[in-house]
Amino acid sequence: MNFKTKPRSKWRRGFRILIAPAQCPIRAVQLLFFAGSLLLLAGCTRNEPRADLVIVNGAEPQSLDPAIMTGEPDLRVVTSIFEGLTRLDPTNALPIPGLASNWDISADQKVYTFHMRTNLVWSTGEPLTADDVIYSWLRALNPETASDYAGQLYFLKNGEEYNTGVIKDPSLVGCKALDRYTVRAELKNPTAFFLDLCAFPTLLTVPRQTIEKYGDRWLSARPLPSSGPYELVAWRVNDKIRVRKNERYWDAANTKLGLVDFLAIASAPVALNLYETGAADVVWDKDLVPTELMDVLSKRPDFHSFSELGTYFVLMNTTRKPFDDPRVRQALALVVDKDRIIRKIIKQGGIPADSLTPPGLARYQSPKGLGYDPEKARRLLAEAGYPGGKGFPRVQYIFNAPAGGAAVPHEKIGVELQQMWHDELGIEVELRQLEWGTYLSAESHLDYDMGRASWIGDYNDADTFLNLYLSDNGNNRTGWKSEVYDKLLQSADEQLDPVAREKIFQKAEAMLIRDAVPIIPLYYYVGLNYFDDRKIKGIHNNVLDQHPVNFIWKVKTPPATGAVQSPGMATVQLIETR
Amino acid sequence: MYFVRRILFMFPLLVAISLSSFLLMHAAPGNPFDKERKPASPQIERNLRKKYHADEPLWEQYLRYLGVGWKHDEQGRLHWFQGGLIRGDFGPSLKNRDHSVNDLIAQGLPVSLPLGLLAFGFAMGLGLPLGFITAVKRGKWEDYAGSLLAILAVCIPGLVIGPLLLVIFAIHFRWFPVALWESPMHAVLPMIALGLYFAGKVARLMREGMLNVMQSEFITTARAKGMSENRLLLKHGVRIAILPVVSYAGPMLADLLTGSFVIESIFQIPGLGTPFVNASTGSDYCVVVGLVILYAVLLLGLNLVVDIAYVFLDPRVKYE
Repeated sequence: MNFKTKPRSKWRRGFRILIAPAQCPIRAVQLLFFAGSLLLLAGCTRNEPRADLVIVNGAEPQSLDPAIMTGEPDLRVVTSIFEGLTRLDPTNALPIPGLASNWDISADQKVYTFHMRTNLVWSTGEPLTADDVIYSWLRALNPETASDYAGQLYFLKNGEEYNTGVIKDPSLVGCKALDRYTVRAELKNPTAFFLDLCAFPTLLTVPRQTIEKYGDRWLSARPLPSSGPYELVAWRVNDKIRVRKNERYWDAANTKLGLVDFLAIASAPVALNLYETGAADVVWDKDLVPTELMDVLSKRPDFHSFSELGTYFVLMNTTRKPFDDPRVRQALALVVDKDRIIRKIIKQGGIPADSLTPPGLARYQSPKGLGYDPEKARRLLAEAGYPGGKGFPRVQYIFNAPAGGAAVPHEKIGVELQQMWHDELGIEVELRQLEWGTYLSAESHLDYDMGRASWIGDYNDADTFLNLYLSDNGNNRTGWKSEVYDKLLQSADEQLDPVAREKIFQKAEAMLIRDAVPIIPLYYYVGLNYFDDRKIKGIHNNVLDQHPVNFIWKVKTPPATGAVQSPGMATVQLIETR
Repeated sequence: MYFVRRILFMFPLLVAISLSSFLLMHAAPGNPFDKERKPASPQIERNLRKKYHADEPLWEQYLRYLGVGWKHDEQGRLHWFQGGLIRGDFGPSLKNRDHSVNDLIAQGLPVSLPLGLLAFGFAMGLGLPLGFITAVKRGKWEDYAGSLLAILAVCIPGLVIGPLLLVIFAIHFRWFPVALWESPMHAVLPMIALGLYFAGKVARLMREGMLNVMQSEFITTARAKGMSENRLLLKHGVRIAILPVVSYAGPMLADLLTGSFVIESIFQIPGLGTPFVNASTGSDYCVVVGLVILYAVLLLGLNLVVDIAYVFLDPRVKYE
């Protein structure tokens, strides 16, 4: 076969193999496909203005229903749409007045009377009253809602009883609307962090009419009435959530940004690429910093790190031999060189931990832990009947497989631990990576020897960490139970004096990290985010890693350098004024 | 008649597919109610199981999923199952609790569909001429260059091609955006990364087909009768040589349309691949079974289309 070809350059001749000869029917097919593709490409356009602020928010939120959500990425969006009686101060994450302008606390600290603002309306215009708050709380407690975090309302009198079905009448729960603007909360115990809880998602105010009308799918309703500074405009799964300023919010005058996008991205490289090319302004999840680039990134001025309420630790199954012997557990803990783990693996992503409770907690300072002492560890192991590791059974250390591109190097940490236990104690530990569901179920059902775990505090109080090891807590995955410990926490609950309360907590934690040692703390989490703080203001580094969006603002570009605003911005303003 | 029977047969097949994927999901370790953070009381987990009927026996759950059957409540009143597969309801998502499986498909499919079609067009538009020319120019430099290209496309996985394209065209040259799904420009790199493998496959199939045809008897006969070489190849050869590509195109399109987890993660595209993989690791039963059924429907439907196309392309094929 001969195609007549004019003399062409080498390159053009090279391309000939990609394009069918003119007479061939394949040429037509090829043209058809290319034309179709072009048409389709044009059809992919989404005609949306760029948001004023684009935030890479981490994994896709599983829910935006305040009563149902559990994850951190979910929380950061939810708190911008709904508000509770209090909200968090962006600088230190402590509670400040929200829907309530002030409150009275009884002398025994068991009765809180909240006085709500009288000018409150939903973003759709209906008045927002004390009844809405009570409805929201009782809805979260209602067994039919099946809220994972209903426990945040167990501090109310009869809250637990109603949620678990012991009592059926919601009017017996310790919360009441005294009048249109007054909420009275009656607590079981004086709860030092109750005002923090009022800003927690489970207690945020949700729209009754919408929920009763649409049921489980109420978040798809548009317009969705919101009680917070922003209203939900669009939610595309695995893509983005777009919110717009709620003009009817009581503090709308101080909301600076009109349109804000939360991108659902769980992969660190993608987040970094978007940020570097200017498609995103803020990346604010510690899992979104590629560990391989930590050394380079941490030196940049737009990279920020700060301590956060979270701890990474090792669990030991105290119901299994040889971990039923506290001396064995202490020995294992004493030879873990936490500095080495930080230096070699975690780098700027953590601080060596000697206790379960991280530094920076309000009203609390953790006691000293076991520290590093291989000599003592060998002695303890010998006392327990395994001199030099002789006779010690072969045990497994389990951890979950990395998922969704998040960059926590569980395996590398496991390898280091394995090495330390082998070198110092002569113990053979086998590493076993499990798929997420299997890993969770193994730890929950005490079907493991040792494993990794971590915990992030829900509110700024030591209680959120220490109550994990109560005998009946579902998150106590070590099998360790102590009546003494339970009693200590109980008495702390009843304690009015913060200093005395701290003493009791310290005593309890000392049991955890010095005597019984069901866990080995490895490192405290460090919050990481990156954004240009010369252009974006109002993101403060607080221990809860929460940054209310309505406090964030952008520095106007000076006319000399920036000149005109981007066309996207202009469109936004048009929409706003319409 | 044949095609009517084929279509009718699809229904029991789909039920069998849904049943087996349903059972496999339940047999796999882990369950959607195992969470990193256990609720404060075991009663909450029980409430959750009740809400999603996970406390019922497996056969009842499956019938409820199909939407066939009834149940008596505590007062003895009869309730027919609402919704269900037979009414086009794929059920709730246990992980994305604000969304039903239908919501997830309704959001993901309009992304996966155009991207898949684009990649399909790209694969065909590139693969067919490449295969044709490498066959016709067998043994010449065009053959070697083209075949090498095709083999490279087949061998290098999207996992490598994707980041490579990103680094070159999005980060170094800044011609295309690095991720997301907003404008036509956002679709170009994923289209190439997704379609390249299939382009290579198509080219190789086309080349094989062409080489076989050129040695077949009817071509020899035509040649003996004095038909011009060009007419021979283009008119009669291609029509038969393309058949292996056509039969491969059905499953390929189904594969492309349902989204690719790898490409979607690299370019952050909100298609169906990511929910599918997340749902399988999170034991989100309804999402997995729903997407398996969607994939099965596409596969069965497209295979049917392929068989119909055969009738038009190959005069030797007839269905009774």
